[in-house]
Amino acid sequence: MSIPTLSQIAHGLSTGHFSSEEITCDLLADIVAKDKQYNSFITITKTLALVQARAADQRRSQGRAAPLTGVPIAHKDIFCTRGIRTSCASRMLDNFVPPYESTVSQRLLDAGSVCLGKTNLDEFAMGSSNETSYYGVVNNPWDLDAVPGGSSGGSTVAVAAGLVPGATGTDTGGSIRQPASFCGVTGIKPTYGRVSRFGIIAYASSLDQAGPIARTAEDVALMLNVMAGFDQQDSTSVDRAVDDYCAQLEQPLKGLKIGLPKEYFGPGLDDGVAQCILSAVQDYERLGAQILDISLSKLPLSIAAYYVIASAEASSNLSRYDGVRYGYRCDQPTGLLDMYCRSRAEGFGTEVKRRIMVGTYALSEGYFDAYYRKAQCIRRLIKNEFEHALAQVDVIMGPVTPTPAFNQGSKTVNPVGMYLEDIYTLSANLAGIPAMSVPAGFVSGRPVGLQIMGNYFAEAQLLQIAHQYQKVTDWHLQIPPHSSQECA
Amino acid sequence: MSWEVVIGLEIHAQLATRSKLFSGAAVTFGAIPNTHATLVDLGMPGALPVLNESALKMAVQFGVAIDAEIKQHSVFTRKNYFYPDLPKGYQTSQMDEPIVGQGYVDIQLDHSRCKRIGVTRAHLEEDAGKSLHENFTGMTGIDLNRSSTPLLEIVSEPDMRSAAEAVAYMRKIHSIVTTLGICDGNMAEGSMRCDANVSIRPVGAVKLGTRTELKNINSFRFVERAIMLEAERQINLLEAGGVVVQETRLYDSEHNTTRSMRSKEEANDYRYFPCPDLLPVHIDDDYIANIRAQLPELPDQRCQRFIDVYGLSEYDASVLSANRSMADYFEVVQRCCNDPKASANWIMGELTKYLNEHHIDIADAPISAPQLGQLLKRIADNTIHGNAAKILFEALWHSDDDVDKIIVNKGLKQLSDVGAIETMVDEVISTHVDQVQQYILAPAPRRDRMLGFFVGRVMQASKGAANPSQVNKLLLQKLNRLN
Repeated sequence: MSIPTLSQIAHGLSTGHFSSEEITCDLLADIVAKDKQYNSFITITKTLALVQARAADQRRSQGRAAPLTGVPIAHKDIFCTRGIRTSCASRMLDNFVPPYESTVSQRLLDAGSVCLGKTNLDEFAMGSSNETSYYGVVNNPWDLDAVPGGSSGGSTVAVAAGLVPGATGTDTGGSIRQPASFCGVTGIKPTYGRVSRFGIIAYASSLDQAGPIARTAEDVALMLNVMAGFDQQDSTSVDRAVDDYCAQLEQPLKGLKIGLPKEYFGPGLDDGVAQCILSAVQDYERLGAQILDISLSKLPLSIAAYYVIASAEASSNLSRYDGVRYGYRCDQPTGLLDMYCRSRAEGFGTEVKRRIMVGTYALSEGYFDAYYRKAQCIRRLIKNEFEHALAQVDVIMGPVTPTPAFNQGSKTVNPVGMYLEDIYTLSANLAGIPAMSVPAGFVSGRPVGLQIMGNYFAEAQLLQIAHQYQKVTDWHLQIPPHSSQECA
Repeated sequence: MSWEVVIGLEIHAQLATRSKLFSGAAVTFGAIPNTHATLVDLGMPGALPVLNESALKMAVQFGVAIDAEIKQHSVFTRKNYFYPDLPKGYQTSQMDEPIVGQGYVDIQLDHSRCKRIGVTRAHLEEDAGKSLHENFTGMTGIDLNRSSTPLLEIVSEPDMRSAAEAVAYMRKIHSIVTTLGICDGNMAEGSMRCDANVSIRPVGAVKLGTRTELKNINSFRFVERAIMLEAERQINLLEAGGVVVQETRLYDSEHNTTRSMRSKEEANDYRYFPCPDLLPVHIDDDYIANIRAQLPELPDQRCQRFIDVYGLSEYDASVLSANRSMADYFEVVQRCCNDPKASANWIMGELTKYLNEHHIDIADAPISAPQLGQLLKRIADNTIHGNAAKILFEALWHSDDDVDKIIVNKGLKQLSDVGAIETMVDEVISTHVDQVQQYILAPAPRRDRMLGFFVGRVMQASKGAANPSQVNKLLLQKLNRLN
């Protein structure tokens, strides 16, 4: 018994083992039957999916199929999709149907993929546990009491549970890698600027980056091949040729220099997680890699810097949700101020409000230098430190999170405790480097992810490193006890 | 005590780009609400700004024209505040690192005096939309057509010492931006508007007084009035023992008053920070050098050329060169008739009078420059004379006909046929016996004046077509012969 990978489905479609319509119907039936226990989807686009699947089949019959033609995927409900409600898991956008398509979803559409629906997330991508969604908590298929991680928890759960072979995510401080780690799937946050942000509902513009989530590095590479690229509509996207992310997968790792930052293995790291990571590192040694001890001393500063910068940008980015043009508007406003105050008070959840408050404070006159400017200085230091480290080693490895998935409700009362969850992931966003999470073991039945961080635009290399590891391990192929396959 | 008024202006010039500062929507005026607004202008989720490079180029053109420092590194900043016609909840502007740094312009104070006014900086920013209060009972309509329209905010030093200087400065900026073609200068449509910072201090004092900011003044006349009014208010206040409060005031042109909008304490905390959706702008020396090389002739240079080449007076030259359209118009007229002085007189006289009466900009004058040039040519070659020229001008104002055709159709051609004029002269002399008698008896100095009577009668008889100098000559000959 196994859950087919995206590559296997693509292969099955290309060899005619099944049609896109068949696999789409099967998966839609699974989602309808089984997603109640996960709550990983906010919207299921059944009719649209079938239309797209038939179109894909027709394209294939005409000999015009691309690698992803007919492959079913799902989008985190932060990517604007034309004619499909895009909520960002907020009451604020519960009624919002964009008349436009995000560049990422458009590219995947153009590549022939089939959209099964929109996946759950933390409200406005603010959270590390998927507990802040207006549409409810998402449950981890490895243990329904555990959180799936966040903010792309819906996407990682849908993939882990076999409801969809691949899904999009966004990562502002770890939102792809942390839930991928918690759910035992593979995900990559590309270099900042590699994937267009156009049409992605902004949380923190200078940190947000979209990436693919799937079971294997090869699956992720297939999706990233389509998602990456310059976009004139995003001034921060980088006009630089895109590598073929599949081309380098099979190359051996002999001579690869892996850096292990000692700060990533300090106090606070769960012993079981440390064991998994060190064991994975030994596997890499066997694959011919050379392990070097390095130091990333600014790591402890990343949490404060991140929460100042991300919140500051968020406080401004979320100003547009004012009840004037679209989205939630309170009932019977008595005047402009009342409309603003109540629309935002009623439309946003607690965590979103907290970050808006923190960000507003950090940008206020008299506090700007102490918070925002200082945070930017730290960001620069972190970037410099990574650049220095990556001049000595090819990639940096460490844990994605200090612990495996924690139980629902266990951290909601203490937001700062929740923020500490992101300690190992935030730096890559602050520095803008690519980073990924690869399944590397289990602690008490809950998955553990290995984090691989690389140099700017080294996505192909990261995927190669992950793929070589996945060829000698099967952590990524494990099936959760509560997966759709088991129910079936 | 005598007081000195200190003025600094912030001029917003709407850049004449085809599309908006951060989106591809067309920049328009008066279109159906919300028909020229893209996702970016509407502040839709996930929409991202992309800088319009022609706006950047225009800002650099302006900077080069005022001999300012052009910043090779500039940064867009978000100015955060809530307002219904501000769709994103922030205005994208430039704060600490504007594109244009310190520069200056020279203003002409009267016929001879010149003064240098410092320009602190000029930066790019986007305009907001408009709130519409009419036709929405109990509600407000929002029109986002203007949202993200590019503005160049030009901030002066507090170098002006009178309302007249402020107007002269604003006119100079107007003339520079219109000459560069980076702003249409249409103040009625809000293409150029200004905020004035006004303070007063005792003459001789070094320390500046507390200033107030007058918002949104949209004509040269209102700038002058608003500043005078505000200076007077502050003087009265101080002389009555009061204090000036730092505040923003609104000039009400209808009632010619200023009233308080908000005090410093009530001012927004705009929470400026660098816009993370836009990269810092980097331009190199070549870019600037290129723009410098392609700069058109500026008003000051043109004024000097009008003096040197056409022999115009300093005053005429400065009036004609102050407005690019007028200067262009003048040069075409001049080229047609080859008479710079007459061209200047007609443009600054008759044409300006008509344009003012009809509130028309010279760029839209119903009489084209070649037409006026042709008219002047016909005066010069004696085809028509002054009176007929005015009739012709009036006719041209209302029709598009060819100048010569109108001369023929209206019978404006000067009658220079001596025989025909002589007949009319004889007729007038024979039918005005009494007047002729008086003329003969009058002493020489009075005769000159009396001659006008006869000239008038002959002109009347010729329906204005007779050549007045010939009429004069013939009348003199004949009347003097009667002596």
